[in-house]
Amino acid sequence: MRGSFSTITKMFSAGAVTAGLLMSVPARAADDTIKVGILHSLSGTMAISETTLKDAMLMLIEEQNAKGGLLGKKLEAVVVDPASNWPLFAEKARELISKDKVAAVFGCWTSVSRKSVLPVFSELDNILFYPVQYEGEESERNVFYTGAAPNQQAIPAVDYLMSEDGGSVKRWVLEGTDYVYPRTTNKILEAYLKAKGVAAEDIMVNYTPFGFSDWQTEVSAIKKFGSAGKKTAVVSTVNGDANVPFYKELGNQGIKAEDIPVMAFSVGEEELAGLDTTPLVGHLAAWNYFQSIDTPENAEFIADWHKFIKSDKRTTNDPMEAHYVGFNMWVKAVEKAGTTDPDKVIDAVIGVSVPNLTGGYSTMMPNHHITKPVLIGEIQADGQFETVSQTSGLVMGDEWSDYLADSKDLISDWRAPLSCGNFNVATGKCGGKGTN
Amino acid sequence: MIFTRAIGLLLLLLLLLGMLSPSNAAEADLRAIIAKFATASNFSATEAVVRELAATGDTAVERPLGALAEGDLYVRKADSLVFIGKEGGGSVELLDPLSGEKSGEAAKGEITKIKVNNTLRRAIRDALGTLTLGAKDPAARIAAADTMFKTPDATNIEPLDAAIASETVASVKALLEQARAASVLVSDRPETEKLAAVALIGARGERNALSLLTAVEANSEGVVNDAATAAIANINSTLALWDAGQNIWYGISLGSVLLLAAIGLAITFGVMGVINMAHGEMVMLGAYTTFVVQEVIRNSFPGLFDWSLVIALPLAFSVAALVGLVIERGVIRFLYGRPLETLLATWGVSLILQQAVRTIFGPTNQEVGNPSWMSGSFDIGQLAVTWNRLWILVFALGVFAVLLYVMKRTPWGLQMRAVTANRRMAASMGIRTPWVDALTFALGSGIAGIAGVALSQIDNVSPNLGRGYIIDSFMVVVFGGVGNLWGTLVGAFSLGIVNKFLEPYAGAVLGKIVVLVLIILFIQKRPRGLFALKGRSVEA
Repeated sequence: MRGSFSTITKMFSAGAVTAGLLMSVPARAADDTIKVGILHSLSGTMAISETTLKDAMLMLIEEQNAKGGLLGKKLEAVVVDPASNWPLFAEKARELISKDKVAAVFGCWTSVSRKSVLPVFSELDNILFYPVQYEGEESERNVFYTGAAPNQQAIPAVDYLMSEDGGSVKRWVLEGTDYVYPRTTNKILEAYLKAKGVAAEDIMVNYTPFGFSDWQTEVSAIKKFGSAGKKTAVVSTVNGDANVPFYKELGNQGIKAEDIPVMAFSVGEEELAGLDTTPLVGHLAAWNYFQSIDTPENAEFIADWHKFIKSDKRTTNDPMEAHYVGFNMWVKAVEKAGTTDPDKVIDAVIGVSVPNLTGGYSTMMPNHHITKPVLIGEIQADGQFETVSQTSGLVMGDEWSDYLADSKDLISDWRAPLSCGNFNVATGKCGGKGTN
Repeated sequence: MIFTRAIGLLLLLLLLLGMLSPSNAAEADLRAIIAKFATASNFSATEAVVRELAATGDTAVERPLGALAEGDLYVRKADSLVFIGKEGGGSVELLDPLSGEKSGEAAKGEITKIKVNNTLRRAIRDALGTLTLGAKDPAARIAAADTMFKTPDATNIEPLDAAIASETVASVKALLEQARAASVLVSDRPETEKLAAVALIGARGERNALSLLTAVEANSEGVVNDAATAAIANINSTLALWDAGQNIWYGISLGSVLLLAAIGLAITFGVMGVINMAHGEMVMLGAYTTFVVQEVIRNSFPGLFDWSLVIALPLAFSVAALVGLVIERGVIRFLYGRPLETLLATWGVSLILQQAVRTIFGPTNQEVGNPSWMSGSFDIGQLAVTWNRLWILVFALGVFAVLLYVMKRTPWGLQMRAVTANRRMAASMGIRTPWVDALTFALGSGIAGIAGVALSQIDNVSPNLGRGYIIDSFMVVVFGGVGNLWGTLVGAFSLGIVNKFLEPYAGAVLGKIVVLVLIILFIQKRPRGLFALKGRSVEA
């Protein structure tokens, strides 16, 4: 039996690749359609979050076709499954662009999957719309970031907790899953908190592995850290699957939101759907969209979604809204440019403004990030969020954080004549490097 | 003066309503204050109304305040009247905020919810704390004392003095005195009183006391400061001991989860030697069976919810065992003695099962509720023990005992062991080895299924559930010694405890790596694990 253990691990990786190759929907060749690539995992660990986005994209494309398509042609969705396997994302992206000749791709969730497809998009010169909140420190010519940058989510969330409404928090636990998004976000937050006069001993940073399920030690450490006579809050960048056991443990150990609130950046309506939220009422999340937002646009979007997915129990969430905004921006830019040629669309999309679901407009900025409102919501007993705070205006996405030494001098502007994603204003040269 | 005003208001109210009601002056006052909720435009305005209500000292405000904290207080748009709302279906049933009597219905669009946030909830909790100090139910008084202890305020001293004087239950009285001491510390009372208060709070010796004393230490000087520092040091040394105890408990609890996940594998892999990569998916099937059982109960027999897990157990066992039987008869029996092919084939089966569940139930998490007897926690000294973990431990040990009995004391177990020890010999003794194989595999799978019922209480019920446990399960079985149930037990608990002792110092990520390295080193030294099987058959 001695050899069997190492073979298991070998077989694991082999199996993952074969699994991914098994599923990809063959595209039909047709010249009278415009093809749109959808690059979201439909199997593996990320399927839980990404499948919903695939469905949302299919719905948006169907609606656009019902409105008469684009440039007089029908849109055709090409769905591939990168199976939560990061190298496979790059392969599938290449397949979409070279073989299926898609006009643009909507996809990716984790930062590592985005990083893995970046070289493909710049080599083959195509467009990626990326819908998830991320750690910033990046601005690529071929990528449009419709999710939140740290200053559109993390920083306003911390500001809220510091304010009187949020409980005047003085002591901070930064709890995250061990990968690039939490690590970079926490680096920015730590620098920000210190700039705000928070002492180093009042900040506790802790990381756990992906899919972590035994939170007893961590939760009791939070309890312990919180009993120092100062108002304490947890800022959680815990990802996906690990959240449910985390919140269950919080509830069971009796940590109430009134005493130690948990502010989460990766917990949306979808994640709460698998959870009895009664013990969690009052814990917080920062997003740019909540299903509970009361606007006519949102009511229509939710109704359409329930009809499309044939279940009125399915929730909507922030990345879905990001796809909604991103897709409409792309449509508008293609109409403006009169062609789907990526080079022309990349230029045309800057400055395009479309309605978002929270009752305002989002605009694509020259740094390829969009303007968004920032909302802070409290978890309710019905699994929805109640907005308790909202930024007064729209916040523009800041790709290079002002709070990190490496990136504070960098700016991004993809308009001619600068056309640079990492221009260093201190040295006056294009080609600066951020933190990751 | 107040009296005449009240009479005036009462008359006004009677005129308005055009009827005689048994309301009194105070009630009219309260209604006037409650009406202000309708015009409060932000959280601080709502908070001011809450404070005003609390200041009346009338216990009748408990109902509207409680409803507000729960987010059940609404304003009717048409006439700006405030109601308690109970949602049911498409409409909301409206109740009077003071009496709780039914006063009509409204569609969701006709009313607006009065929003609450954490600050407001805290304000309400404090307000209710003072109000429920004189409640009949000792539990309510304990809760009140507890809130007042956590949020000390100099103005609390007087009501607490009164409550202490009239308190008859000794344990509640002690808590009230501690709450009073906490309030004394933030007041401008003389030093001697404060010293006594520090001593009283120091004697509590738990985290809330520590939190309070740390704040005192920071804001005081002289003897009070010295006393606080001493008390803090004292509490810290007690807590350090409890921390060690806590680590052991957490380790045992993690061990019980590992044991549950691995025990089915101990049969299929340990006893039969089949590398079953679909083992985790059997656990997942068990968890989904629990979900389906709970859905049926929720829709048809809501009263049985607390029994849902008990009902799910035999079903989960049957479902997983049946799937296991099909896998064994359909795939594995052709591959005995070819570990690599078995591994690949079962890996494929696991992907098929995952994707099948994803297609049927959707990719998102499914909600599996905790029955009431599995929610919450209780304290042993400074150690918080959560009920769900305790029950899982009991359950894991129970499953282990039953399995041990089956293996050692039943004819079936004897046949299983005989086939494992020497297949050809067993066959020539008249044992139908293929059927023993099939049933053993079904047993291992069924056990994994009931593990799924337990794990659904602490983990996500998603198609990926099994993936998280498969590596750990193999680790436990290999470490404990292949083919030995006791080895699995000891392996699971020792891995759990080592993990939980490393975690506070090394962090969860590094802790796990260290454990892996330790196991690899251990396997190098003892390739057959903790409890190696001895005998000729092992070499085969």
